[in-house]
Amino acid sequence: MNREEQEQRRKYWEANKRILVALLSIWFLVSYGFGIIGADWLNQFQLPGTQFPLGFWFAQQGSIYVFVVLIVAYVYLMDRLDRRFDVDEQ
Amino acid sequence: MDETAWTFIMVGLSFGVYIGIAIWSRAGSTSDFYVAGGGVHPVANGMATAADWMSAASFISMAGIISFIGYDGSVYLMGWTGGYVVLALLLAPYLRKFGKYTVPDFVGDRYYSKTARVVAVCCAIFVSFTYVAGQMRGVGVVFSRFLEVEIEYGVMIGMAIVFFYAVLGGMKGITYTQVAQYCILIFAFMVPAIFISILLTNQPIPQLGFGLNLGGEIGSQIANGESVSLLDKLNGLHEQLGFSAYTDGSKSTIDVFMITAALMFGTAGLPHVIVRFFTVPNVRDARISAGWALFFIAILYTAAPAIGAFARANLIHSVSGANYEKVEGKKSVPGWFKDWEKTGLLAWADKNNDGKIQYRKGTAFEGKPEFVGRRGEYGQRLISNAPTASRNELYVDRDIMVLANPEIADLPPWVIALVAAGALAAALSTAAGLLLVVSSAISHDLLKRTFWPSITEKGELIAARIAAAVAIVIAGYFGIYPPGFVAQVVAFAFGLAASSFFPALFLGIFTKRANREGVIAGMVTGIAFTAAYIIYFKFLGGTPDGWWFGISPEGIGTVGMALNFVVAFIVSLSTSEPPEDVQEMVEDIRVPRGAGDATADH
Repeated sequence: MNREEQEQRRKYWEANKRILVALLSIWFLVSYGFGIIGADWLNQFQLPGTQFPLGFWFAQQGSIYVFVVLIVAYVYLMDRLDRRFDVDEQ
Repeated sequence: MDETAWTFIMVGLSFGVYIGIAIWSRAGSTSDFYVAGGGVHPVANGMATAADWMSAASFISMAGIISFIGYDGSVYLMGWTGGYVVLALLLAPYLRKFGKYTVPDFVGDRYYSKTARVVAVCCAIFVSFTYVAGQMRGVGVVFSRFLEVEIEYGVMIGMAIVFFYAVLGGMKGITYTQVAQYCILIFAFMVPAIFISILLTNQPIPQLGFGLNLGGEIGSQIANGESVSLLDKLNGLHEQLGFSAYTDGSKSTIDVFMITAALMFGTAGLPHVIVRFFTVPNVRDARISAGWALFFIAILYTAAPAIGAFARANLIHSVSGANYEKVEGKKSVPGWFKDWEKTGLLAWADKNNDGKIQYRKGTAFEGKPEFVGRRGEYGQRLISNAPTASRNELYVDRDIMVLANPEIADLPPWVIALVAAGALAAALSTAAGLLLVVSSAISHDLLKRTFWPSITEKGELIAARIAAAVAIVIAGYFGIYPPGFVAQVVAFAFGLAASSFFPALFLGIFTKRANREGVIAGMVTGIAFTAAYIIYFKFLGGTPDGWWFGISPEGIGTVGMALNFVVAFIVSLSTSEPPEDVQEMVEDIRVPRGAGDATADH
């Protein structure tokens, strides 16, 4: 591997880590943030259109839906990143 | 046709399918046996992972537990699904790129140490066995409850079935059986859930009905003319009876936080789940398949809390204050109450002799009901247990919430039979996945990679089959004679996995500097600390007053994990860095290109 390739690898890994940090921040926010730490406070509101207390909804429903979406987003973002840095599988 | 006949048909049909798949998918090589040849489609792998993951406990007990503890049950929901995000983003793609057969393989290679490999093998076997004993027990219980077969014979029938497809087909047989098992178990879980949702809220989708006003046949009776939401009504009922509000729970915030984290990182570190991602063709498929797995799991995990709330409202409404005996013009207990009393999952001690069931906070009597075989004044089955000071008179086993749902909703007998087949599918699929981890840990990691490197491919395959067979027999023995500690240990397997495996895997991928000395020291610290805390508070008489910062033993794995990271970091930095080739390996697993089939030698 020459120096340029090494530099590309490093950039790829940095970009990869940025994606992880962004997605895991959302992961933390919906579960630990909304579903646990802020649940009591959020319970004064209701999920629009339903009778769910909001914090309770995040803890028992919403966080799980967001988790699924996060993995889908991860697959999409990594596909794009792999192609951009030409490290995708052929 | 009656219920038992239907159950025989459903269970018989499902077993026929499993055997058929086993014959069709025999394993011809070690690669077939360990990772299904590495060619499983990501959607199929997603289903198999979901079935692997959802055990007898997820299927039978989880909705019931949530039903009784309300908001506090969120720790299981978030913990056991959020762990997949961690797994999908931080571990699965890189471990797939690494391209070997087992988790101890990675630990052994990345930390260039036989000691580390053997420690990982021991952890994998310990975690898997504590788990699998519970599954075999679950198989026996389902047989005894639905087919009136002795638990012992039930366990043996389960062993025979797993033996057939795990020994013959290895990972290949297990994978395709798990796909079939997922379909059966999710159908069996959702059909009663949909009917119950219609009965209580007039909304067929349980996840939506959960947040609506009461309505429908049973719901409007519970609402009693008011326009009130299911959850508000539940909170009101709980307040009346002295329970804490359903949507608030009673655990402290820090404890909920710590338990959720221990379950999440424990999930991400469990070998039988990780190994499933070694079976797909490439890194991209490993990512996709984690998404499918979580999607398939989420269907059950978002329906379970809805079922919990429906069942809770229905239970309180139909039982609390009801007369045991049928009295004209007065509220009396429903028919299913007496049916389940027969099974010992429900019992009533009429402490104040008024003939009415008084349901309050607290336990009604000591231990599980011991029926004396005589009937009381109102026809109830008398028990010999010592009553407690609590005013509560009712004992309800949590498993009833799922098992009795079809009866509560008055569904036809084939649905009840379906639930039996579904519960068996859940238990067998998890058992098979765990047994494979044990078998590959022994034949591959201990024999091939550590003590007998010259063993031939054919020899290794025979060793893997023998190890699987022996593991099934041991698991069956534990299922028939469950050691007392198993039930308690299973709950802690997650804490132990979080405090040992997760940091080793994470550091192995995300830092090049983490070395043998650091990670072994970290694992030992993490697991010793966690185990000591659990043993002190669960077995040596520690009381909740002594919990550090209010953290229960269930949640202490999170602290153990943090300690593991700190120790691994400090020790790694103060010892020499890993050899050049290991650092190159870390570089290599970080990029997807070049992931070949999983192989033992490259």
